[in-house]
Amino acid sequence: MRYYLDFEKPIEELELKIEELKRLSDRKDMDITSAVKKLEKKAKELRSEIFSNLSPWQKTLLARHPDRPYTLDYINLLCEDFIELHGDRRFSDDPAIVGGFANINGVTVMIIGHQKGRGTKERIYRNFGQPQPEGYRKALRLMKFAERFKKPIITFIDTPGAYPGIGAEERGQSEAIAMNLMEMSRIKTSIISIVIGEGGSGGALALGVADRIYMLEHSIYSVISPEGCAAILWKKNGDLDSEEFSKAADALRLTAQDLLGFKIIDDIIPEPLGGAHRDPEFAAKKISEVILKSIEDLSNKTPGKLIEERYKRLRRIGSFETLED
Amino acid sequence: MWFKKTKEPRLQKKVKIPEGLWVKCENCKEIVYRKEIDKNLKVCPKCNYHFRISAKERIKLLADDGSFMEFDADIVPVDPLNFEDTMSYPERIKENQKKSGLQEAVISGEALINGHHVVFAIMDFSFMGGSMGSVVGEKIMRSAEMVLEKKIPLISVASSGGARMQEGIFSLMQMAKVSAVIGRVKDNGIPYISVLADPTFGGVAASFAMLGDIIIAEPRSLIGFAGPRVIEQTMKQQLPDNFQRAEFLLEHGLIDMVVNREDLKETLTKIIGFLS
Ligand SMILES: [Zn+2]
Repeated sequence: MRYYLDFEKPIEELELKIEELKRLSDRKDMDITSAVKKLEKKAKELRSEIFSNLSPWQKTLLARHPDRPYTLDYINLLCEDFIELHGDRRFSDDPAIVGGFANINGVTVMIIGHQKGRGTKERIYRNFGQPQPEGYRKALRLMKFAERFKKPIITFIDTPGAYPGIGAEERGQSEAIAMNLMEMSRIKTSIISIVIGEGGSGGALALGVADRIYMLEHSIYSVISPEGCAAILWKKNGDLDSEEFSKAADALRLTAQDLLGFKIIDDIIPEPLGGAHRDPEFAAKKISEVILKSIEDLSNKTPGKLIEERYKRLRRIGSFETLED
Repeated sequence: MWFKKTKEPRLQKKVKIPEGLWVKCENCKEIVYRKEIDKNLKVCPKCNYHFRISAKERIKLLADDGSFMEFDADIVPVDPLNFEDTMSYPERIKENQKKSGLQEAVISGEALINGHHVVFAIMDFSFMGGSMGSVVGEKIMRSAEMVLEKKIPLISVASSGGARMQEGIFSLMQMAKVSAVIGRVKDNGIPYISVLADPTFGGVAASFAMLGDIIIAEPRSLIGFAGPRVIEQTMKQQLPDNFQRAEFLLEHGLIDMVVNREDLKETLTKIIGFLS
């Protein structure tokens, strides 16, 4: 069963109708090809209409769509070979972040990403993609490992945020994130980051300091979730609704298109019509092209130049004014 | 930033010192003579509770008399998102500038501390909860680049609810920007001492504040990534005693020491002495 978001309901109706017609024609041997074709054309038009006019809140929902491909889905689709590595060597292994060496078109890379789960059991196992300090420390261990062997690093970003938990605080969530930000800024091999779904705050950024940053067409990247923002702005808890979330999502300017406009990201990776989950192979192919091209573009830079350019990239981010005397 | 929506009384308004002659200590609930608290560096004489102090008071506390030379006082915030809630972001900035007497949530500059040259970056919670937007990020970055040039220690004092929501992705990215420049300070063998004052959360904790070579916290300061209320809601369990207090962080190996306000200047001086 396909999962439809609220704003996809008109598409769902049409698609159900098409399936119904197809079933009928199988049974009664009627020729309804032209009718089906017509409806399919209409469904496609409807989809392209709806998906070219998504609001930031609708994009947020799409970025969190339960059928959306996650890091391991993309790794399966992108890589000929992958070996997952575990643990931070200090406390435990965090299933909310996965990583390991992989081959993409014969190029060896280190891939690291947030991992959400599908279905209740796996969702809980993956802690809804919310890492603990161990996840960030594992990621850093793997990045340092890749650096020693001069392998490019690819990170996939897809998290609601770092886990707000007692243990996470006791073991230094802030320090783990801060350390990644600092260390990633001076890793000697190239880093390419792709936001594939939800880029939730510091917990996302902790895998996101990179030489090239891309976002999938319907992904989001934000300092706070629309829900969190709405709760602060309208100062109530629990009884907020989608209208308020929608307003907050508008205000935050969190879409891939916004971030490209702000020059925070390098480019947007197109998704198939209806979102990445409609055709994960298509999305994976586009991601693979972008990764390979970026690796090639960055391959002739010395470590010193890579780090210098990465630093300059961060240095110029900010929006302020200097007063005249 | 998560911190702002908390409604726990222990987190709110503890800075607010009434106009009158007497002050009720938020911690021990004793009524204390206001002048006595002021004389005592805004520390409760009954229970050692450290009231929040402004960046200017902090400079007075730490810098040798008349030695402070401010940097970058002319950098002011703009409104990159056209952010509007109950009031527009520019209006909110104006209101906070008026209320706090500051341009922004951090003051940076060069000073002497018992004769040692240092650069300070000191946050002020009274300006939009000490939140880090583009101006705070830029001033901290420039302070760090200044110590790279002058080869003198960097001392930051954090007091912040986290990233500044009204600047969206720009404020998030400041975390990476300031962490990157701290990396350069470390690469160049220049000491960086981070002081955590009440409260230090979110994007400030998860960037420069927790990256100090030495991290010092004031007694009982609340320090963490996620705010206590959010954690309580997520975990649906009571938080341990002293959770996210400076003493709790010390016990868990996350900071080097908890230092009383009256000893802070001497402690910093001693550390700088070891490292120069
Ligand atoms: Zn007291």
